Amino acid sequence: MTLTLNHYLLVSGLLFAIGFAGVMLRRNIIIIFMCLELMLNAANLSLVAFSRFNLVNGLPNYNAQVLVFFIITVAAAEVAVGLAIIVALYRARQTTHVEDINSLKF
Amino acid sequence: MSPILFYFFAALTVVFALAVVANRNPVASALSLVVSFLGLAALFVGLDAYFIAVIQVLVYAGAVMVLFLFIIMLLNIRAEERRKLNLPAYAGGGLVAVAFVTQLWFVLQKFEAGKSAFPAMAETNVDDVRHVGNTLFATFNLPFQVIGVLILVATIGVIVLSKRELK
Repeated sequence: MTLTLNHYLLVSGLLFAIGFAGVMLRRNIIIIFMCLELMLNAANLSLVAFSRFNLVNGLPNYNAQVLVFFIITVAAAEVAVGLAIIVALYRARQTTHVEDINSLKF
Repeated sequence: MSPILFYFFAALTVVFALAVVANRNPVASALSLVVSFLGLAALFVGLDAYFIAVIQVLVYAGAVMVLFLFIIMLLNIRAEERRKLNLPAYAGGGLVAVAFVTQLWFVLQKFEAGKSAFPAMAETNVDDVRHVGNTLFATFNLPFQVIGVLILVATIGVIVLSKRELK
């Protein structure tokens, strides 16, 4: 039995679904943030799998790998800003539970 | 990559991703996420993307997760106590995730191009970093500069956000 592109796409989709379920189900803002990272990584996995699958002159398509590099960079910046916002929020409210943060709720 | 290794690392990644969602203790969640990222890096190695795999370990499993653990310990967040569950919200969220996986399964059944094995590469050991670097600096030079500006903006934003009072 050989590995196909579909195997990797299925793993990627499973990771994305788990991350999505975490964002929907968990109520701790830090866990929600971790699940967002999980979803970004799922996208990276499918990009790398497609890059290996579509060879250009016998080499992987490196454009996709550069895109993954950019995604990782942006995600790192996003984590830094997001965690700073969470710390500022904690300072103001002393909670990380999303149901306690509802001043914008109608 | 041999199928056994693929199944091992794919299972590792998915199981520990589930542990991130299932754990009540944020520190346990963060450590599960580290293991999940390491499994993902191994999958990248299996796809001959060595540079991306190393970056994944260094940036995600290293820097980002240290930042997460640092904030969790700084804020001294203990395990969540059980609250009354908002059942419709839980059912809705779970349903959408399950629907997504089912839909993906059926799409992949119809996706004939993805059912063939990965084509063999021209050379067996490619100098991956050289090719990625070439593409990054020759083809995508401007986006690379823009990323530099983005990181500068993020740094300044973090400093402004963590000041005690905003003026």
